[in-house]
Amino acid sequence: MSGLAATSADAKRIEAPDAENVALQIAALLAVDPAGLAGVVLRGPADPRRDEWLEALRKMLPAGVPWRRVPLGIADTRLLGGLDLTSSLSAGRPIAQQGLLAEADGGIIILPMAERVESQVIARIAAVLDHGALRVEREGITLARDTRFGVVALDEGAGEDEQVTEALSDRLAFRLGFEPFGLQRAVPDMPTRAEIEAARLRLAHVGIPADLPQAFCAAALALGILSLRAPIFALRCARAAAALAGRVEVTREDAALAAQLILAPRARQVPEAPTEEQEQPPEQQQDEKQEEASNSDTQQQQDQPSLEDLVLAAAQASLPAGLLAGLGVAARQMARQAASSGRSGMMRRSTQRGRPIGARPAAWRAGLRLALVETLRVAAPWQEYRRREKPHHAALVHIRREDVRIRRYKQNSETTTIFLVDASGSAALHRLAEAKGAVELLLGDCYVRRDRVAVIAFRGRGAEVLLEPTHSLVRAKRSLAALPGGGGTPLAAGMAAGFAMAEASRRRGQTPVVVALTDGRANVTRDGSGGRATAESEALDSARLFRASGIAALLIDTAPRPHPFSRDLASAMGARYVPLPFADAARMSAAVRQAALAPASES
Amino acid sequence: MDGAVSGFQPANRSGQETQLSRRAAPRPSAKKADKAIPAPRRNAYPFSAIVGQEEMKRALMIAAVDPSIGGVLVFGDRGTGKSTAVRSLAALLPEMAVVAGCPFACDPVAPLASCTHCSALPKGRKAEKRMVPVPVVDLPLGTTEDRLAGALDIERALAQGIKAFEPGLLAAAHRGFLYIDEVNLLEDHLVDLLLDVAASGENVVEREGISLRHPARFVLIGSGNPEEGELRPQLLDRFGLSVEVSTPKDLASRVEVVCRRDAYDRDASGFIKQWAEDEARTRETVLAGRKRLGSVTLPLGTIEQAAKLCMALGTDGLRGELTLVRAARALAALEGDLEVGTVHLRRIAASALRHRLRRNPLDETVATTRVEKALEDVFGP
Repeated sequence: MSGLAATSADAKRIEAPDAENVALQIAALLAVDPAGLAGVVLRGPADPRRDEWLEALRKMLPAGVPWRRVPLGIADTRLLGGLDLTSSLSAGRPIAQQGLLAEADGGIIILPMAERVESQVIARIAAVLDHGALRVEREGITLARDTRFGVVALDEGAGEDEQVTEALSDRLAFRLGFEPFGLQRAVPDMPTRAEIEAARLRLAHVGIPADLPQAFCAAALALGILSLRAPIFALRCARAAAALAGRVEVTREDAALAAQLILAPRARQVPEAPTEEQEQPPEQQQDEKQEEASNSDTQQQQDQPSLEDLVLAAAQASLPAGLLAGLGVAARQMARQAASSGRSGMMRRSTQRGRPIGARPAAWRAGLRLALVETLRVAAPWQEYRRREKPHHAALVHIRREDVRIRRYKQNSETTTIFLVDASGSAALHRLAEAKGAVELLLGDCYVRRDRVAVIAFRGRGAEVLLEPTHSLVRAKRSLAALPGGGGTPLAAGMAAGFAMAEASRRRGQTPVVVALTDGRANVTRDGSGGRATAESEALDSARLFRASGIAALLIDTAPRPHPFSRDLASAMGARYVPLPFADAARMSAAVRQAALAPASES
Repeated sequence: MDGAVSGFQPANRSGQETQLSRRAAPRPSAKKADKAIPAPRRNAYPFSAIVGQEEMKRALMIAAVDPSIGGVLVFGDRGTGKSTAVRSLAALLPEMAVVAGCPFACDPVAPLASCTHCSALPKGRKAEKRMVPVPVVDLPLGTTEDRLAGALDIERALAQGIKAFEPGLLAAAHRGFLYIDEVNLLEDHLVDLLLDVAASGENVVEREGISLRHPARFVLIGSGNPEEGELRPQLLDRFGLSVEVSTPKDLASRVEVVCRRDAYDRDASGFIKQWAEDEARTRETVLAGRKRLGSVTLPLGTIEQAAKLCMALGTDGLRGELTLVRAARALAALEGDLEVGTVHLRRIAASALRHRLRRNPLDETVATTRVEKALEDVFGP
């Protein structure tokens, strides 16, 4: 543990910057290099302090740069550009309208409620961020031009599950939770516009120590950050910091700052103690500190901790408090998962809110819903032409068959299959593994139908959502595989959780199908206490909710011998009851397919 | 027929009031063909400067050597340079000869009978030839159908009363590459259109009195992140090769990636100049591979082995074997070998087959392992 002591002493040397300063620093750095640093995720509820921060950023940016808000549910025509319907109709020829992304070139894009922005919109913004260019091929318009902007994503999500998708946050340099700080009205050391301007000019000439990339990469790895964007952003951040401070060479302070602002918020694990440091007694480092203070010349590197250690220590000093508390051995596992999957990204993708799934050309027939605006949009440019072609036609607007666009509702065809898995001790004893196998087979079917799947497990004292509705079956499988068994059977809580999710997905316009796998041995009541009688009657109560709202359900009895209570439960749910005394996973899956899913997906 | 399309000259864009330029990028119009490569590609990151990702680079080079393999799908982590690699591919491609002025880039040696421009040329006279870069056309998210398939050129229709067809991205990509970033986010009806065209090699347009078909044969390149959603099986099947990329885990490569990226960001043209020699060498390799491809022999034994491997893996249909053999041949050509052997099969098998395994979507992560295991079973360790 001497290694750990060394690093924590190291960490003490570099104090965590105070929140208020951090917020301002981020604003200033972003103002210096909005395109390179790409932006910031501001997490926290709508708040005057957030507005102050935005105002501060705006004051630092050159006067008159674009500042655009991207509303939720923005249509492609507005975002990317396209046909201006109104003017095209009145002019009788196509008039193009510039999109918001093109307008924002050189400035800032604000994404309010960023945690709810549709993945399609995120993907379009991300494409511009990645390539520094906007490409549009829409409605007769082709556009390819350099476009650079910074993004300020206002993440107002509450709780772990609601946050900006990683597809966006990974592409933005900074993360800032502004809850703990308050900006004073007049911050004296806020850089002026002129200073920012000077820093921008200096930015291109800022050099870096040769070992800085190595230092950032090593620190990122030690902190469990897999994305290579982190060290790249750290480099840019260090440069911007140097430029802001009026230097043309990145110093150790700049490097430390970059580590604090870029690497620390992305950390997924507490770094292991570096082996080399173990021999270094902490006192020696104290000496070094003094030495460093007396001569800040970076050429004296042998006497100072290496840049690598410095960067890591700096990042460590500002690791979020929760991270240190919650991370243990599980950290690495979590890191692996989190690195490969944007938790909320999947959810965003699944939301049907805001944007209709689109319109598509189709032969008109009864029962289809006309997408009026889309149809008009297609017809608009041709009006003049068609009038010339048929001058005697008195129609106000010439609409032809090929113009017709119909609305498409993905909701109607999309099923969310919610697996409600009893992971209690009794079920585990019986056939939890088999139930898992069956669910996996069912997932295969869901894949074919492009369903969404969700997994809820109940055991011990309550139910837990293991997986929000998602298209990613790989994740569904992962969450199942990690599902432990044991404890009581809080059937009522499980039923309630399943019902809540089914209702939620129905509100989003999807068709929920609930597949409950349980042995029906309810013995934990809703308030977490024992008692079979109460537990059973509560479970029945919860089950009735399904029937009352007409949610398609299926109950698979996993008990070795079918139990009358399970049957009662199924009928209370309005579910099909499938007793599977000695079924293997494949048979179970076949039964499910037959019994529940086929008719449900037809309806 | 009265509705026949008359003339395909690029529309005159002057006097346009709209702020946006129409049809600026994908293929320089015939008159401007001698001008430099269009803007977004001008300063592309050099292909040769990509650190690691050997499988991806190899697959892309194979696709450049033999377009008939059917394209490449690149799936993997965010920020691994997927789209960078594809975008830099253009620089490695040789120029191709086209009939001057033909909007569909017909080959002067064998202009297509269905091409209205080339069939209207006076008989007996050789078509004027022009060398153009092989197109690598981007299909950006949010693309609408009219721009993909092409539509009536409305400006000319209004101004001159001429029914001129304004070719879309499919026409622009003919004989070249069509690249779809975030391919798993592509709208369904565009996927349908793509599948249809990819299967028939022809784009059929019926709109505003235009009734026209034009050839559209292209190599489909797709990239995406599997966490954002799965790919439709039909589309998956269109891709000849499928490669998986992941962020490098070792410090040295990571440092190298960051350093090169930084150098490129700081001074793109300087960086490109610095890599020009490597880039030229890579380009040479591709060119030599293309030349050699025809003379690479494919022994019966190798074909049998490929068939055995596919049987062992239970891949659907013959497409797997065909792709495997072709890709192995292209690999041999690329590496200067004149005969396709087991060594080539082994090295390309994972790319050619991993997306064709009998569908167990939950095994996606171990598809590669399954191929490797089958390789050992069939060919020995």
